[in-house]
Amino acid sequence: MQIHEFQAKRLFAAYDIPVLPSRPATTPEAAAEAAAELGFPAVVKAQIHAGGRGQAGGIVRAESPDEARRAAARLLGAPLVTRQTGPGGRIVRTLLVEPAANIAYEIYLGVVLDRARRQLVVIGSSAGGVEIEETARKDPEAIRKEWVDPMIGLRPFQAFRLARRLGLDGTTAGRVAAIVRSLVRLYQEKDCTLAEINPLAMTDAGEPIALDAKLTFDDNALCRRPEIQKLRDLHEEDPLEVEASAAHLNYIKLSGNVGCLVNGAGLAMATMDLIQLVGARPANFLDVGGAATAETIEKGVRILVEDKGVEAVFINIFGGILRCDVLAEGVIAAARSIDIQVPVIIRLEGTNVEAGRALLASSGLAFRTASDLHEAAGMIAAAARGTDEHLGR
Amino acid sequence: MSILVDDRTRVVVQGITGNEGRFHSNQMREYGTRIVAGVTPGKGGRTVDGVPVFDTVSEAVAMSGANASILFVPPAFAADAILEAAEAGLDLVVCLTEGIPVQDMIAVRRYVDEKGTSLLGPNTPGVISPGQCKLGVMAGYIHMPGPVGILSRSGTLTYEVVHQLSALGIGQTTCVGIGGDPIVGLSFPDLISLFEEDPATEGIVLIGEIGGGAEEEAARVIVERVSKPVVAFVAGQSAPPGRRMGHAGAIITGGAGTADAKIAALREAGVHVAVDPASIGELMRAALA
Repeated sequence: MQIHEFQAKRLFAAYDIPVLPSRPATTPEAAAEAAAELGFPAVVKAQIHAGGRGQAGGIVRAESPDEARRAAARLLGAPLVTRQTGPGGRIVRTLLVEPAANIAYEIYLGVVLDRARRQLVVIGSSAGGVEIEETARKDPEAIRKEWVDPMIGLRPFQAFRLARRLGLDGTTAGRVAAIVRSLVRLYQEKDCTLAEINPLAMTDAGEPIALDAKLTFDDNALCRRPEIQKLRDLHEEDPLEVEASAAHLNYIKLSGNVGCLVNGAGLAMATMDLIQLVGARPANFLDVGGAATAETIEKGVRILVEDKGVEAVFINIFGGILRCDVLAEGVIAAARSIDIQVPVIIRLEGTNVEAGRALLASSGLAFRTASDLHEAAGMIAAAARGTDEHLGR
Repeated sequence: MSILVDDRTRVVVQGITGNEGRFHSNQMREYGTRIVAGVTPGKGGRTVDGVPVFDTVSEAVAMSGANASILFVPPAFAADAILEAAEAGLDLVVCLTEGIPVQDMIAVRRYVDEKGTSLLGPNTPGVISPGQCKLGVMAGYIHMPGPVGILSRSGTLTYEVVHQLSALGIGQTTCVGIGGDPIVGLSFPDLISLFEEDPATEGIVLIGEIGGGAEEEAARVIVERVSKPVVAFVAGQSAPPGRRMGHAGAIITGGAGTADAKIAALREAGVHVAVDPASIGELMRAALA
């Protein structure tokens, strides 16, 4: 789960990570007032769950209440398109207003899981304000790392060593080391999957300040972090994905033309790959899981056909815990209650496959059933081509 | 022959009194697995379908001589259940639970390594040596004994591959799911080495997916010490970056963990990589010929 910068900065403040005084604002008037109170020059920052806001014009400097008001009026309610949002962008609903800082230089700090070593790693870079992946490509020498031992934690000497290796001198290194330790503590106590300060700015007086804040959280741990769960912003998520997650369906909306419904994440990815391989594009990822009932299957089919870009649907089930007859009941119920305008290709295998196939065959509905993946692939290709011709492409 | 489990494996089921635990215990027994004990804290002294239930794993091990366990325990209690099984000295612990917080697994993995316990999972369908022992929730009937070892990060995609192989008349020594989480126990390199050493295994199928570096690690081990033919498929060639594709571990972050990079590393190591998920079985048949 992701949260906004203004929410992350509140958590930073609670962990003694220095941030500027700031105010969230949802109207131009409130932004102007906040800027006047915090002092000029001020900075008005769009709050969306995506990076690259600066280059996209989502961070605006204001020298007067009027400038702050105008910047806010322009940003609020409009989509902001950054290199991370996709072409549609994200609607800006909240702004964060901060005073501008006097910056001598900037560094990068981040905490993330090192999967290969199975421990947390603190990453520091002297190239602040630059995405760490870009630094890793262009200037790997600028990156320094310290690993967090699962049993003894990050030791103070490691935090100080990291700061020194980033070229910071005595007093500043001590202050940054304290921030490093706070960031690791925040990561561990709130079950983060990423905790990032980019940039961490040093003022002319050598005081570090977190100018940006990015925190993402482990979905598996949210049940024990209700205070984090409360920070979820449903506006930032695709409406179909929100609807699916309420029905316990694992759905990710993509931009293709063939929708797919599958049991199991690995098979779901392989099914998307197969769709791509035959020259069509997957419209989504949808894993209905092993505990799916006829009702959740019906819901899944509805979500697929609600996607306006879908020109064909492929249902690929290898029954295990999920039985093929249960799947068939759900698909039939969906087809009876909604008018499905696109071809539906079904491939069933595994537990109770004969019962499932019999239900589909006797339903009187126009499903196309495939006996294996090869045959299904051919049907998808034909259906995608057929619809394409139909649309005159 | 087989790896990890065989007809001598003696199993304790943690969480045997729950619906899932009870149902799958019976399924495993029907397949021939020797279920010798169950554990549910606070329910010791009962029996479930004839299997004695104990309060603690150490008691169950002392009374039954179990050497492996399988967990049907909800996410909030699963980390503790793994630690208990490792502390009791079991050789193999299979954890099916999906949804364990990653940070819990950092500590658990360190502990099981120190204890010398082999952990499979979490978030795995388990392991099966066809005709001998099923320690998991896979449908037993699609498998048949034979010469191919399978290791996978997935569940149903593994069933798909088993089905393709069995349909071609190619059976399996052992099929192992390593789990779909970012931190799991036994890794691809561990299992590839076991299959290489197993005289009955003549070929290996590796089913990977996007995220992490398990396939690249496997490629290094294959170059160093694997003489048997390896066929691989990497799921997620069409997956967008930055999105978690169902499995907690299946995510491309910062340009790392892509299917392309994994496929390239495996090809470099001499692995036959299937691009089409429908042709994995045929590729293995060709590799064995």
